[in-house]
Formats: sequence, C-alpha cells, structure tokens
Amino acid sequence: MSFWLRHLPSLPIVVPLIAGATMIFFAEQRRRPRIVLALTSITLQLVAAVTLLYLTTDRVPDIWPEGIGAYTIGGWAAPFGIVLVVDRLSALMITLNALLALPVIVYSFARWDRVGVHYHALLQFLLVGLNGAFLTGDLFNLFVFFEILLAASYALLLHGGGTQRVKSALHFIVVNLAASFTFLIGVAMIYGVVGTLNLADIAARWPGLSNDDRGIAEAGVTILGIAFLVKAGSWPLNFWLPAAYSAAGAPVAAVFSIATKVGVYAILRVASLLDEPIAPFGGSWLFYAALATMAFGIAGILAARQLQRLVAFNVILSSGTLLAAIGFGSPGILAPALLYLLASVLATGAFFMLTGMTERMRTAGPGEGISATEPASYTAFSVGEPDEFGPDDEVGVALPATMAFLGLAFVSCALLVTGMPPLAGFIAKLGLVSAIVDSLTPDADNAPAWLLVAALLAGGFAGLIALSRIGMRLFWSVTGRTIPRLSVIEAGPVTFLVLLCIALTVGAGPTMTYLDSAARTLHQPQTYIRAVLPDAAAGVHDPETAP
Amino acid sequence: MELVFALAIGVLTASGTWLLLRPRTFQVIMGLSLLAYAVNLFIFGMGRLLIDRPPTIRDDGALDPALYADPVPQSLVLTAIVIGFATTALFLVVLLASRGLTGTDHVDGQERDT
Repeated sequence: MSFWLRHLPSLPIVVPLIAGATMIFFAEQRRRPRIVLALTSITLQLVAAVTLLYLTTDRVPDIWPEGIGAYTIGGWAAPFGIVLVVDRLSALMITLNALLALPVIVYSFARWDRVGVHYHALLQFLLVGLNGAFLTGDLFNLFVFFEILLAASYALLLHGGGTQRVKSALHFIVVNLAASFTFLIGVAMIYGVVGTLNLADIAARWPGLSNDDRGIAEAGVTILGIAFLVKAGSWPLNFWLPAAYSAAGAPVAAVFSIATKVGVYAILRVASLLDEPIAPFGGSWLFYAALATMAFGIAGILAARQLQRLVAFNVILSSGTLLAAIGFGSPGILAPALLYLLASVLATGAFFMLTGMTERMRTAGPGEGISATEPASYTAFSVGEPDEFGPDDEVGVALPATMAFLGLAFVSCALLVTGMPPLAGFIAKLGLVSAIVDSLTPDADNAPAWLLVAALLAGGFAGLIALSRIGMRLFWSVTGRTIPRLSVIEAGPVTFLVLLCIALTVGAGPTMTYLDSAARTLHQPQTYIRAVLPDAAAGVHDPETAP
Repeated sequence: MELVFALAIGVLTASGTWLLLRPRTFQVIMGLSLLAYAVNLFIFGMGRLLIDRPPTIRDDGALDPALYADPVPQSLVLTAIVIGFATTALFLVVLLASRGLTGTDHVDGQERDT
C-alpha cells in the first residue's frame, strides 16, 4: 500500500485544517490567496472523498477486504490509540459534504465572503468538524469534532451581523452548549463502566457487561442520545433551529443543511453498534419522537411566510423522516433512507442558496416598498452588509434570462424537497414507502407503519401547498417587482446542485447498489469491530477496565 | 469523600440548571459555567476517586496498575475545560453584542411585558 493510500483517510480532516489555519495569516483585503486556498482545499477533499468512496466498494477488495478501513493516528493500535474509520456510510457522508461545500464556497465569492471577516477560514473549520465527525472511530473525538463544527457554526451564523442573527445565535449557542455538557456526561458514564471510548471496543465489550454496569452504561448511552437528538433537530429539542437557519446568510444556511445530519449520522452509527435498541437509538421511543418532529416540520412549513424559514422547516422535516426511518427499524428501510438523505441535503442546500437570490427580487407591497418576503434580518443590517441590493453585484458575468432561471431552479428544488416525480426525492420517498409496505405482517400491529406512510405523504403534500403559494407570490405577482441582477457565480452553484440531483435520479440504480451495501455493513457490526480491532475476535480484554 | 464529591456535583448542576432557565443573559452564562464545573468534576469522578496515586508512571518504575490513577479521564477533563472555556468566551461576546443591539439583557432580545 502506497504512502498516500495509507494516509488517505486523514486527508479530509488535515487538508481543511491546514487551509483554514493558513488563511488566517492573509490580511482581510487579500482575497485572491484565500480564494485559491479555499478552492484547492475543497478540490483535494473532493478527490480524497471520491477515492475513499471507490475504495469502500467491492471493486477493490484487496485493499479493505470488507469495505471498512481503519487508520490509526500515529500508528498507535486501537483501542489505546485514536482511530479514524472509513466505512461505506462515512465515505458517503464526506463525499456528500464535499459536494455540498464546493458550490457553497463558489457561491460565497459573489458577495458573502466580504460581509464579515474570516469567512473562508471558518468554513474550512466547519468542514474539519463535519469530516472529523463522520470519520472518527471513538466517542471523545466525536465530541471534539462536534465542538469544532459548532464553534465554526456559531461564528458563521453570526457572519454578516444584525440583530436577528445575534438573537438567534444566542439561543443556538446556549442550547448547543447545554447539549455538549449532556454529551460529556454520557461519554463519562460510558467510560466509567465500559472502560473504553473506542466505538468498536465499546461494541465488543457491551455483551460482557455485568447487570449492574449495564444499567449505568445504558443510562449513559441514553444521555448521549439526547445530545445527538439536539444536534439532529428532533422535536422537542429543536426550537432553536428555525430561527437560526432562517437568520443565517444563504450559503451558511446551505452548509448547515448537512450539519443537522451529523446528529442523524451519530445516532445511526451508535445504533448500528449496539446489540439491542436502547432509547433513543431505536425502537418506539425514537420512532414517535421522530413522528412528532415530522408533524412539527409540516406545521412549520404550512405556517412559514418567508421562503428561507420554510426551507428551515424542511430541514426539520427531513431530519424527522430520517430518524423515523431509523426508529422504524425494518431491515430494508435504511438504504432508501440514505438516498433520501442525499437528495434532501443537496436539495435544501440548493434551496437555501436560491433563497439568497430570490430575496433580492423585491415584490414591493402597496405603497410601502418593503416586500412581505423580505426577512427581518436584512432590515436590521446596518453593519457590515455592503449594499445588499446595490451595485455590488457586478462581480462576474450577469446571467441572461434571470426569471426563467430562478423559476426553473425553484420548481426543481420544490420537486426535490417535496418528493414529487420525476426527481431523486420521489425515488427516495417511493423506496421508503415500499420498504415500509414490505415490512407489513398480517398478524402484527401495523399501525406504526401506516402512521409513517401517512406522515411521509403529508410532508410532501404540505410542502407542495406551501411552495406553490410562495412560488405564486414570488413569480406571478407582477406589481412592483425588480428583477435581480444575478451573476453566473451565484447561479452556477445552484445549477450544479440541481444537476447533481438529476444525476442522482438517472444513476439511481448504481447509487442504490452502493447504499444497499452500506446498509448491509451497518447491520453487521462484527465487520466494523473486526476491522478496527483485529485482535478482539479472541475476546481478550485487559483487566484494567475499572478499578 | 464520595458523598462530598457527589453533593458538590449535585449542587453545582442544580444551581447551574436553575440559572440556565432564567431570563437574563448574565444568569445564563453563570449557569453554563456552573454546569461546566459540574460536568468536569463528573468526568474526573468517573476515573474513580483515588488518593496518592499519580496518573503518570513514577520514577521508581513500579508497573503495578493498582498504584496508578486512570489518566484518561484526567486528559478528557483537560480537553473539556479548554473547549468549555473557549465556547463560554464566545458566548460572552454574543451576549455583549446582543445587549448592544437590542438594548436589553433579556435572552429573547426583548422584555416580556412590552
């Protein structure tokens, strides 16, 4: 195995870390080196992520036999050293992350990176946190990467300033700090009785716990799960989310659409390693909380009057859908749920960026000249925001046929997030419903299955109603509208994400094959344990677990 | 010792939680700090409370694990302290910005009555 291949799993963390740290040293006026660094870093990450994705497939069985690679940092063997683990799920997530971050970075060149300081550096640190959380193989590093991700997201949420952002950031920070403390308590309790923080080692020792220890360990896992649910935006722990996501700048909100999925990923990862479902990692507890999340998201979608707020509630709805699918727990549901995750992250990302453009389309109300769709955050801007609607847009080439582009992009995003045919959102929802229907049994209680189907369909329907209403107001009300001047640099990223979703639709077959194998790996925790701890198969535990 | 330790964590957590639920930003940040202390003590306690046992290998080279305290929770506490400290400092900045922009120290940016 060559040097680069061996160290490949560390690249998605190391590259943005170095890029972000280097950017800080350039003065704020020097944009060119930052742009070059940001683009180089994201390109390298994308290459690394796609290579990892390729290595975890069955095509190259000699490198990682079961599609799982463990990278021991500094060469210290697990469970004493720190490991990064690449399996199909984490390779998929870092690829998705890079694919979303690339258009977000390009989109920011138009205006957002000059609204405040250190934008690109913070974005790189956010990527460090996300990639790290997807790759890490132990609980405490999961905490550390969560904190990197959160610290960067606090600063990015505040990016651009304004009363609305500061107010929502205050709630966002308090709730997430409290959740981090919960996370730490959970981690400490698990360490106290299991004696290890390595996920694979915890899974290996879990069946051997004595009854007394098991109670404490399960309580620790539950406390940990509550912290994950806060990050995932599950009801009733998500009241911070709509305000924060609708106040954030458009590209920031776009990259946040994957940040909630870190919570979902963590739940899925830990749930797959435990031998039986412990609340909230599975079973009815997670399922009904997720259904309530979906109901909350649907109500919010119907009630939202601003497009960005509506998309924020869509993020909640998609988190709820994913958690409900995990909680439902039938074997075939995981693969379509992962497809839904891909489609919904890309679509909400594109939608948030589109929102940044449609907001400049001022449909002036009668007499006032202030549109109903304009978010309160923009009126509060007195600091930092350079000429929101002014001549600042002259960066890059102006796009012809602006309204046609905006309309088409809006319709594509709407079809994707509501799950209407013919795009990938539809295939994912169809897969979910067919997996649920397959799990029906004639003699058992099928009420949960039908509830989930009803919630899925209601979510799509509510999204359709709300988006047609907002779309009609945006595009068909002709009074006092100014057509915004869009540059290619803003329109390109949205087009890229929509095209990516179309590619996902066309290539649904190979994608589902990969997702099926990813889901299969998650159902076999033994392969994960074997890959991380080659010696654990013998069941050897060191006696120094707990004094 | 265990009782005193547990009581200390309990009192810190209870006061921290109460302060966290108060409407003033200063009370909230004090609550977060108290909770951070409680959590740090809790992590430390999970390595078991031992006296006269260093977490690092001694000079005389004694290799009996019973002579040493578990070093892992201690390093975890260090990391948690640093991260908690940094995020609390960041929160302090946001708190001041919020006070400056809204003119009130209420967590919602506006008084309940008005």
